[in-house]
Amino acid sequence: MDFLRPLTWAEALEMKAERPDATPIQGGTDVMVEINLDKGRPTALLDLAAVAELAEWTRDNGTVRLGAGVSYTRLIAELAGDLPGLAQASRTVGSPQIRNRGTVAGNLGAASPAGDSHPPLLATGAEVEAESVRGSRMIAITDFYRGVKRNALEPDELIRAVRIPVATGPQYFSKIGTRNAMVIAVSSFAIAFDGRRVGTGIGSAAPTPRRAPEAEAFLESALDWSGPLDADVARRFGELVRDAAAPIDDVRGTRDYRLHSLAVMARRTLTWAWEDHLRCA
Amino acid sequence: MGASVLRPDGALKVSGEFAYSSDLWLDGMLWGATLRSPHPSAWIRSIDIGPALAMPGVYAVLTHEDVPGEKFYGLENKDQPVLAIDQVRYQGEPVALVAADHPETARRAADAIVVTYGEREAVTDPRVALERRMLVRHQPVRVGSTFSADVVVTGEYEVGMQDQAFLGPESGLAVPAEDGGVDLYIATQWLHVDQGQVAPCLGLPPEKVRLTLAGVGGAFGAREDLSMQIHASMLALRTGKPVKMVYGREESFFGHVHRHPAWMRYEHGATLDGRLVYVKAEILLDGGAYTSSSPAVVGNAASLGVGPYEVDNVHIDAYGTFTNNPPCGAMRGFGAVQACYAYESQMDRLAAACGLTPVEIRIRNAVSQGSRLATGQVVDTPAPLAEMLRDLDAMPLPESVSRDLRDLPGGVGQTTHGDGVRRGVGYGVGIKNICFSEGFDDYSTARVRVELLGGEPHVLVHTAAAEVGQGLVIIQAQIARTELGIDHVTVAPADTQVGSSGSSSASRQSYVTGGAVKTACEAVRERIEKDGRPLEVILQDGPIEETREYRHRRTFPMDPVTGQGDSHTQLALCVHRAVVDVDVELGLVKVVELAAVQDVGKILNPLALEGQIHGGTAQGLGLALMEEIQVRDGKVLNPSFTDYLIPTILDMPPMQLKILENPDPNAPYGLRGAGEPPTLSSTPAIAAAVRNATGLPLSRVPIRPQDIALA
Repeated sequence: MDFLRPLTWAEALEMKAERPDATPIQGGTDVMVEINLDKGRPTALLDLAAVAELAEWTRDNGTVRLGAGVSYTRLIAELAGDLPGLAQASRTVGSPQIRNRGTVAGNLGAASPAGDSHPPLLATGAEVEAESVRGSRMIAITDFYRGVKRNALEPDELIRAVRIPVATGPQYFSKIGTRNAMVIAVSSFAIAFDGRRVGTGIGSAAPTPRRAPEAEAFLESALDWSGPLDADVARRFGELVRDAAAPIDDVRGTRDYRLHSLAVMARRTLTWAWEDHLRCA
Repeated sequence: MGASVLRPDGALKVSGEFAYSSDLWLDGMLWGATLRSPHPSAWIRSIDIGPALAMPGVYAVLTHEDVPGEKFYGLENKDQPVLAIDQVRYQGEPVALVAADHPETARRAADAIVVTYGEREAVTDPRVALERRMLVRHQPVRVGSTFSADVVVTGEYEVGMQDQAFLGPESGLAVPAEDGGVDLYIATQWLHVDQGQVAPCLGLPPEKVRLTLAGVGGAFGAREDLSMQIHASMLALRTGKPVKMVYGREESFFGHVHRHPAWMRYEHGATLDGRLVYVKAEILLDGGAYTSSSPAVVGNAASLGVGPYEVDNVHIDAYGTFTNNPPCGAMRGFGAVQACYAYESQMDRLAAACGLTPVEIRIRNAVSQGSRLATGQVVDTPAPLAEMLRDLDAMPLPESVSRDLRDLPGGVGQTTHGDGVRRGVGYGVGIKNICFSEGFDDYSTARVRVELLGGEPHVLVHTAAAEVGQGLVIIQAQIARTELGIDHVTVAPADTQVGSSGSSSASRQSYVTGGAVKTACEAVRERIEKDGRPLEVILQDGPIEETREYRHRRTFPMDPVTGQGDSHTQLALCVHRAVVDVDVELGLVKVVELAAVQDVGKILNPLALEGQIHGGTAQGLGLALMEEIQVRDGKVLNPSFTDYLIPTILDMPPMQLKILENPDPNAPYGLRGAGEPPTLSSTPAIAAAVRNATGLPLSRVPIRPQDIALA
């Protein structure tokens, strides 16, 4: 196994162009586990930890550009106000040690349906900034997930950053685990209000993370933005979120429970967001 | 004695500096790896080691043909092959071994061995095994003849397969010796029983197989059976080089036995005012592919199957089955855990049927000194269960539902802000035998030496007793200091150069090895007193050394037909109250508080004792809410800490403890073993609290979210 360690972003892109087979590694919280478990052996590792510019974030025109090397710990400490949904999701990732090393970009690179950052990225309409020696492009988050642990990156591309709109309304993330910390999601859900649009994201309940478009459309027509939340609307929203999922039975939970829990989480997070909305209005 | 003296390994373990068996290292050593069966049941048609041998860096590839001595070993029955011969009986059974100059090479070479299997039907349902009488033991208990009553409650209960989940995986280092023997540095629970099993398989006399305890990263029963001891020794003897073996986490799940899963049917009959008339029970424990310690586990389930309650009519059948599931054996609580979950669930049903509180039904039926157990054995030492329950009931209850996510069901997963959360309270009572039972010659040996070092008297305590994390090393030192009045005490590393101490199991080491150290110290003291001169003067003639064996009171077998007999030497009680918040819509549980009252006879080290009660309680919490090895068709689905969940600090609540000291006059200092009882009673207390919150019957542990949410 070759170990490549670029010191600059330009160098990283050149190496990736030369070695499209190289597996990028940042915090190593996914890649190293796979290697330790002997689940496939990369021909080369491209270690991005020394690329300083990746570990930065900036805010511009209502969007946070989150560098691929910003850890969950920093995201929670520095961006909880701008990106509340993503910060809530980050709080549920692994243990403190994992959050010190793991990154949102790493979550995207692995593209596991159970990754915790995906639902808030979907709910907020984030974009993935992918780059190669050929240039840079923005990939809409809804186009990014292509299958179980597959994403839309070309072999020579690396994730430079994730662009996430700064929150303009309430956001919530909710995740089921069978213990109260350090657990992989059985199912998860994110909601984000942006003006009178409501975004959604479902995790761990389909081959890829996904939105619930019908649930979103339903809310846009059914919500009375000036009054209290109609309980029937909240319940119907939960059902539509549930119907958008396609979960399986596995060692972490059953299909039926995943469906049930999504309906409950969607209803509850909408209720909480609505309370915030009314408070602010 | 009685002080919270800090243990020597404590700070090292917390700071990551403690040397575990997996840290052992010798220059020039090789690494061993094990090839295991992927099938729960198959014939072995052929094994081709050629491709593995051909790999650079590989020093040896061994199969059953290379076992130098006896081909089988086992704790109670020698029925487990060192390496599979013509068939495999469970997924993960060792088939071949490799030694190589790098662990990765060893693992890849093991993968290169070509084994041709002929798969065959696997028996994985213990109820089928029972029908076919594939039994490792059937132990009935028969007392009385009245099996009708005014109030009758029945229930069927199930306990999933729990794992000991120790943090330090199986590991050790085997070093070939000049005399043709082997020195084995190993993390185990009982050095001499390992020696007694390893030596015959190596074709060596016991004295040529010398074992030294290496740093043990937890045990909980999982190190009672052999894992890599014979394998590493075979590779060392074959290659003439030191061989280290370390299981990875996944392999560890296949490398040790688990707690028996159980299927239990209970019927309790009582008078209208809630006094037990009879108990009928069928207890089915699946032992998996090999005997391990299943016979003793079945014995415990039978003899303690009604719990610490007075009842004159008992009809129990406890069975242990052979199947093609993973072998099950010793785990903290040892057969008493499964039965406790069932009989305590029954007591709650009975309370409801009689219109009594859970505490009152237990007090009305509680054993006390002089009571007769189902086996006919009279409880001849203090057993103040009713008082313990009253103490527990009097403890203050925790505050109302908190708003901090970390205190709510689901934790920071933020599945609730209080929505759907209901509080429940439940009680559990457990009785556990301390020390080995059923006639086992259960003893320990201690050698105590007093000598002058730098002009001052020093004590050296030498036993073979395994420190597995329970704090035995400091207890031995405290006993020596107390008995001899000498400050400088060193506890020598445990090895087989001194007589057996028996197993670090059955909550027995403070009792038995503590008793041996005390007795040896007394013998040394007697010599000093007889001499009459000052100690410093006596020691100028040379050291004083005494070795003593210590035995607890004799126990007797259970009658194979009636189950009667004084099968236990000491019995210990623990009671728990659990307070839980349950998100009834999502089925997630937060244990808010656990309170416990335990009678330990005599507190030797309060800090260590509280650690044992907290730890045992946490392990019971794990069984109640999350810990289960999921097995389907004989295959383990979750052999990792990603999917085998054990409680974190956010799952384990603060505890209120009350520790009683009603001495057992038969035991050294009056002490009572303490490590296991809390593991029994916390599980049913938590299950009862979740029932109380949800109103659901919940007859299976661990309770899964869907058991509540989709009920």
